[in-house]
Parts: sequence; C-alpha cells; structure tokens
Amino acid sequence: MSMLEIKDLKVNYGGIEALKGISFRVEEGEIVTLIGANGAGKSTTLRAIMRVVTSGGGSIFFEGEEITSMDTQKIVNKGIVLVPEGRRVFPNLTVLENLKIGAYLRADQAGIDKDIEHVYSLFPRLKERHWQMAGTLSGGEQQMLAVGRALMAKPRLIMMDEPSLGLAPLVVKDIFSIIRRIHDEGVTVLLIEQNANAALKIANRGYVMETGRVTLTGTGEELLNDQSVREAYLGKSK
Amino acid sequence: MSLTTFLQHCLTGISLGGAYALIAIGYTMVYGILRLINFAHGDIFMMAGYFMVFAVSSMPWPIAIVVVIVGTIILGVAIERAAYKPLRSSPRMSIMISAIGMSYFLQNLATYLFSALPRAYPEIPLLKRIFQIGDLSASLVTFVTPVLTVLLVIVLMSIINHTKAGMAMRAVSKDFETSQLMGIKINNVISMTFVIGSALAAVGSILYFTDRMSVTPFSGALPGLKCFVAAVLGGIGSIPGAVVGGFLIGICETFLVALGYSTFSDAFTFLLLIVMLLLRPTGLFGEKITDKV
Ligand SMILES: Nc1ncnc2c1ncn2[C@@H]1O[C@H](COP(=O)(O)OP(=O)(O)OP(=O)(O)O)[C@@H](O)[C@H]1O
Ligand SMILES: [Mg+2]
Repeated sequence: MSMLEIKDLKVNYGGIEALKGISFRVEEGEIVTLIGANGAGKSTTLRAIMRVVTSGGGSIFFEGEEITSMDTQKIVNKGIVLVPEGRRVFPNLTVLENLKIGAYLRADQAGIDKDIEHVYSLFPRLKERHWQMAGTLSGGEQQMLAVGRALMAKPRLIMMDEPSLGLAPLVVKDIFSIIRRIHDEGVTVLLIEQNANAALKIANRGYVMETGRVTLTGTGEELLNDQSVREAYLGKSK
Repeated sequence: MSLTTFLQHCLTGISLGGAYALIAIGYTMVYGILRLINFAHGDIFMMAGYFMVFAVSSMPWPIAIVVVIVGTIILGVAIERAAYKPLRSSPRMSIMISAIGMSYFLQNLATYLFSALPRAYPEIPLLKRIFQIGDLSASLVTFVTPVLTVLLVIVLMSIINHTKAGMAMRAVSKDFETSQLMGIKINNVISMTFVIGSALAAVGSILYFTDRMSVTPFSGALPGLKCFVAAVLGGIGSIPGAVVGGFLIGICETFLVALGYSTFSDAFTFLLLIVMLLLRPTGLFGEKITDKV
C-alpha cells in the first residue's frame, strides 16, 4: 500500500481543465518530486490533495483510506501538510505565533513546546526573531518559517511547493539540506521545484507534468539523464 | 456654556459614544474578516431593541438581558448563514447587495410583525436611577455605558491578541486558504465574528434605547449608518479605531445638539466622513488597504 496514491485526478477552474486526469503515488519514506513548466498544474495537484480546491473527478488515497472529499481539517489531522507556493506566512502574526498556528489542531502543549524548540534548532534565525512580525522577515526567513510552521503539525507527509523560489543560491542550499534532514527524521516528502536539477538529485523518484498530464516518470537519476528532461528542464543541450 | 453644563454634555456625549462604539465594533470586525460592510448590522441592533421589549414583559430584567443577547447572537449568525455564506466565492459586490437586501428585509419584517408605531422601551429601574457627582447629575446608564464599553473592549482585545481562537481570527483575516491549510475551519471563525459583533450590538442596544425610551423598525437605520461612519473614521478593520470613532461621533453629535444645531448634527456626521475620506482614506488607525484576492 502506498502512502499517497492519486488516481486519475481532474480539476477544472471555471471550465478550464487544469488537471486532465493524473495518477501518481508516493511510498512511505520516499522523496518524490513533481517537475514541469509553469502552468503545468503542479500547485493545483497539491491544492487538490489538501482539498482547498475541489476535484472534478478521480480519487486520492492516503495510507489506503480514501480522502478525496474529506475536509482540509481532517486531512491535516491525518498527517498531510502543505508548504504553499509563495510562503504565505501570516504577516500580521509574530514568528512564534506562526509556529503555534501550525500546531492549531494539536492539544499536547508539552509536545508543541518541544517541537517549537526543534524548529528553532533547525532554523536558529527564527529563534532570534521569534517576536518579530512575520511580514517583516526576509524572503529566506519567511520560507524557513513556512517550513517550520508545517513541521509544527507533526506531519507524516510534507508537500512543498517551490520552497526555493526567489531565494539566493546559498539559501537554496540551506533549504535543500533542511529537506534532507526532515526526510531523515522520518517524514515523507513530496516536492515541487523549478530547480529540477537539485530536486531530482535528492529525490528517489520523479514525475514530469505537462499541461495537466503526467508525461514521464522514473527514478531521480533516470530523469536526470533523460534527454527530453535535460533539454526542457535542465537547460542542457545534447 | 458654564463648566457644569459643559461637563454634563461631555458625560452625555461619552455615554452615547460608548453605545456607538459597541455597534461600530461589529462593522469593523466583519469587515476585517470578510471585507464586507454588513449593512444589516444596524437592523440587528434594532431587532435587539424589540427582543428587549418582549423579553422584559415576560421575565425579570436580568434574565431578559441574557435572553436578548442570546437572541441577537442567533439572529446575527443566522443572517450570515442565510445571506452571506452561500455567496462566499461570489464577487464582493454580490455579498454587499445581499447585505443591503437583508437590511431592508429586517426593517420590513419588523414593520410587519410589530407595526411601524413606536413601542415603549422597557425601563430598567436600576439603570434609570439618577446619580449625582458634584453638580453633575445623570442616570446610572450614562455612567455605566462608557465604563462597560471600555471593559468589553479590553476583554475583546485580549481574546484577539492572546487566545488561540483570536490568533485564528487574525490569521483568517489575512489569508483564507492558508488558514484552512492550518486546519482552521473558516466558517467557524466567521460565525465567531458574527457572535461577537451581535452580542456587542445587543449590549449597545440596551444602553442606547434605555436613554431613548422607544423603538421603531427604523430605529436602527441612522445609528447604524453613524456607527459605520465611526468604523471608517477609526480605520475600518481596526477595533481600537472603531471605539475612538464611536466616542468621537457621540461627543460631536451631543455638542451640536446642545449648541442648537440639532437639525445639522446628522449631516455633520457624514460631513466628517467625507472630510476624513479626503484627507486620510484609511482612517485614524487604519492600515494600508491591501486588496484581498
Ligand atoms: N484559481 C484559479 N482560477 C483559474 N485558473 C487557475 C487558478 N489557479 C490556477 N489556474 C490555472 O491552472 C493551470 C495550472 O496552474 P498551477 O498553479 O497548478 O500551475 P503550476 O504547475 O503550479 O505552475 P507554476 O510553476 O507557475 O507554479 C494554469 O493554467 C493556471 O492559469
Ligand atoms: Mg505552482
């Protein structure tokens, strides 16, 4: 049984078919990446899994249980969390409050306090700035906060939508090493990246999406060496 | 104007302002969460007036007050569920029109049920007791209103700034989808906003009508508009702003009436609105308006 299994998922935005029936799976303990050009439907896929957009067909299973039409709250409770595209930290909440709101559905105060310390150990910058309004953080700090906030839900599967977008190369390296570390701690990762090269290097497997369809799949290495992927996404010629 | 009359008018103005402030909070909170001007809010306040008329006739007033608050909360939440929730993903203008429709609906419903003739508002003997401080004399309600307003605002601000539910409200006011991703139920937070706004409108209505002695189906229209202006003056979305705006309008109105310009006092409120919108469109305490997507 796969941890996450998507079967023939379709999404329409007012008549426009953003997902035309995609299928893929994520096994427990993997890092899986979705790559594809702008507008291919990657973010839509993750938003449909969280049910912040309603799907127009197909089904989604998490650990064997169908979650296609569960509310977002229940899905979060099951252990899936999304780090949304563009960070989306709450600008009017402090750094600490952003972390606390990540644990919104948890009641174990002692565990929450421990996890806040854990997030601080991953991102010491957040500890220094815990009192600061999140809207005044730098882009890189906001991304760290968005990841930290997601970890506060104690997820079993973390989905990240372009976590390295718009960050300086050094910060991108940090983010990727954090992704590895989160994975080493036992969290399964579904990663969307523009930076296909880096993503395929850390991923066990990857899927290539084009205009609402999955067109290619393989291990990270296979895709890195695939001619069409090299040309389209890695900017390398023959 | 002697010092005593001046102070006497200040007291009356502050008291009226307190009631306005409580109503203005309802406008500002709903706007903060939904970016909606709840035009029916003044009429919810009017309905609370009628609830009191009927409640007092069949039970002792302390229980009646509780019944009125609960009834007003139910009405406010029901209006949200019936008229605003189904339009959540429609253009904002549709919800605004729905709110205007709801306002007229409540006025007409009240006319149909209770007739357009003024009903005597029940007197709560305790609130009507005259107190004397030095040369100043006023009924207890005049002293109670500003004190109660300030207390309620302090309680409300600490809920919003220091509780988990308050944190969820602040999050939802900025970003629906991300709040949902945290596991927050948007609809519950919106209902909670209407609960608070309606409860404060109920308290405001008791304080306001106790001084005015009668209620008609249109008693909510003008005070509602004035409190909306108060919220805009203070910077819509800001609770302290709504409170300051409420007091400001209450005091100005009282002095204009005292100086003999009573026909002009309502117009003045709206003049104040126009001047404020020209000079400082975001109001006294407003943040920069960022359009919500
Ligand atoms: N809320 C929406 N309403 C209408 N169309 C939308 C909406 N969100 C996305 N789309 C459309 O759906 C398609 C897929 O969008 P999506 O955001 O999933 O792409 P993406 O693969 O994440 O792209 P990017 O790499 O640029 O983030 C696009 O054509 C987009 O214009
Ligand atoms: Mg995207």
